[in-house]
Amino acid sequence: MTATATAPAMTARAVEVSDLDLYYGAFQAVAGVSMTIEPNKVTALIGSSGCGKSTFLRSLNRMHELTPGARVDGTVKVDGQDIYEDGIDPVAVRRHVGMVFQAPNPFPTMSIYDNVAAGLKLNSRKMKRTDLDDVVERSLRGAHLWDEVKDRLGKPGMGLSGGQQQRLCIARATAVQPEVLLMDEPASALDPIATLAIEDLVRELKASYTIVIVTHNMQQASRASDNTAFFNLEESGKPGRLVEIDTTEKIFSNPREKATEDYVSGRFG
Amino acid sequence: MSAPTSRESQPTGAQGDGNGAAPERAPLTGRRFEPSQPPAPPARAMAPFARRVERRRHVTDRGVAVIVTGAFLLALAPLISLLYTVVSKGMARFDAEFFSVSMRGIISEGGGAYHAILGTLIITGLATLAAVPVGVMCAIYLQEYGTGRLKRAITFFVDVMTGIPSIVAGLFAFAAFALFLGPGIRLGVMGSVALSVLMIPIVVRSTEEMLRIVPQALREASYALGVPKWKTITKVVLPTALAGIVTGVMLSVARIIGETAPLLITTGVFSSVNVDPFDGRMQNLAVFAFNEYKSPGVPPEPSFERAWAAALTLILIVMALNVIARLVYRRYGTELR
Repeated sequence: MTATATAPAMTARAVEVSDLDLYYGAFQAVAGVSMTIEPNKVTALIGSSGCGKSTFLRSLNRMHELTPGARVDGTVKVDGQDIYEDGIDPVAVRRHVGMVFQAPNPFPTMSIYDNVAAGLKLNSRKMKRTDLDDVVERSLRGAHLWDEVKDRLGKPGMGLSGGQQQRLCIARATAVQPEVLLMDEPASALDPIATLAIEDLVRELKASYTIVIVTHNMQQASRASDNTAFFNLEESGKPGRLVEIDTTEKIFSNPREKATEDYVSGRFG
Repeated sequence: MSAPTSRESQPTGAQGDGNGAAPERAPLTGRRFEPSQPPAPPARAMAPFARRVERRRHVTDRGVAVIVTGAFLLALAPLISLLYTVVSKGMARFDAEFFSVSMRGIISEGGGAYHAILGTLIITGLATLAAVPVGVMCAIYLQEYGTGRLKRAITFFVDVMTGIPSIVAGLFAFAAFALFLGPGIRLGVMGSVALSVLMIPIVVRSTEEMLRIVPQALREASYALGVPKWKTITKVVLPTALAGIVTGVMLSVARIIGETAPLLITTGVFSSVNVDPFDGRMQNLAVFAFNEYKSPGVPPEPSFERAWAAALTLILIVMALNVIARLVYRRYGTELR
């Protein structure tokens, strides 16, 4: 967790999760998850609805605890540092582990430029205007949005199409140069063409980031990810568990567990 | 209903696709589902029945439409009558003199509400200045920070405050100032205190409502960038809700600007211009209208005309505030999906 992510040379970090239990009040949503998320790889989380994938994802940057009554047991280490250790500031954690949400959520009061610069500006890092311009351009280029918006950076971000808005959100998340990027079904609200654009982007972004992506779309997992973790729910009311994690190729062709095979081949429920 | 649901078909299908499976399945599903379903009538037999239903629906529809329209007209009648009366009676003195002179040295004819208009603006302005920060911050606490008992208690007291009769707010302000400055004290600022007591709960309520419709996704997007909570509120949540908050404040100003009772006992009656809210009595439009009617000169007609003109002015100010509030919301309102 070496801070000052101002240098362009970023380093993706591994995430090690051990014995993670997640609760909403008395209800246990996720039980006993241990996995290692490799750096510079895309790790897909798949599984049926309500099995705790999103909850697990949100625990990786301490967003889970924002829900009233939510609780976490276990450790999550980003580059060897347990983010749930006493004295660790959740706000600082989120500067290192960024997140992109299911529905595009650009800030409605801000222009395209300000949306991308929001993370830097709001974190009160004093930056020269030219430096900020560079970050905005680099982030928008990285999100394949620069050519579409370079002439209207001052226009509101809400004026973009859904797919463009989601790429704007990705640019916003990458502008603060996190080491890990979490994506919660980033393409589920988008049409197939915008979805493919996001998937291409995800494959590219892994050069700089460790990416964890939740998806309900099996093709998306097989197209875009290197590793796949399958979560399952034994029955409703019970916590979700990690069934297995392996290379995507192995999960989709020859998984160890029968439940995984049933799920990826469409026999589930 | 002839085909069983897919969940029902799986176990029977699993028994075997061979002979015997199909005849075995039919009585099973038949026993479960078919008796409860009357056979579907042929289409032509449905026609008279359908027409009867359609007719009844049509009659009900018209009946409700008539009732709703009638209620609307009934509610509108007093408003139109009131507007007509105020405009027709108020126009007599709605002239330049009315807006340029006070009542100083006026016995009967002439005179104006210049001092009362100034007083209304000063008293209401001060009340707004006091009520808005308190109200908005209270709403931020309730919506963004508050939990459990304290939040419930504050919400309860805000509700109670909404129901306080305005004269009670006036008496509170009067009593509070009389404690320190002696009985019989009358100051413009006392009126502002009374009005802000009335205004705070309205501002809290409307601001809370506006903060509530800011999508949680925006707060989360901000948190996910590593932005602390207070900055998320000041830089993301408040700007998004700003137009709505401003609109709510304007409507609450419109609500209190016509208050009479609390001002009658706190700011008193005064016939000259006074622009210092911390020194002596101060006139305002509502009390002006009340007083012109209550103690007219001789002959009384000029006083009555001034009272109606003051009422018309007040209505126009309230209307202007409402229109501005709408324009602000339409122009600067943030589109939230």
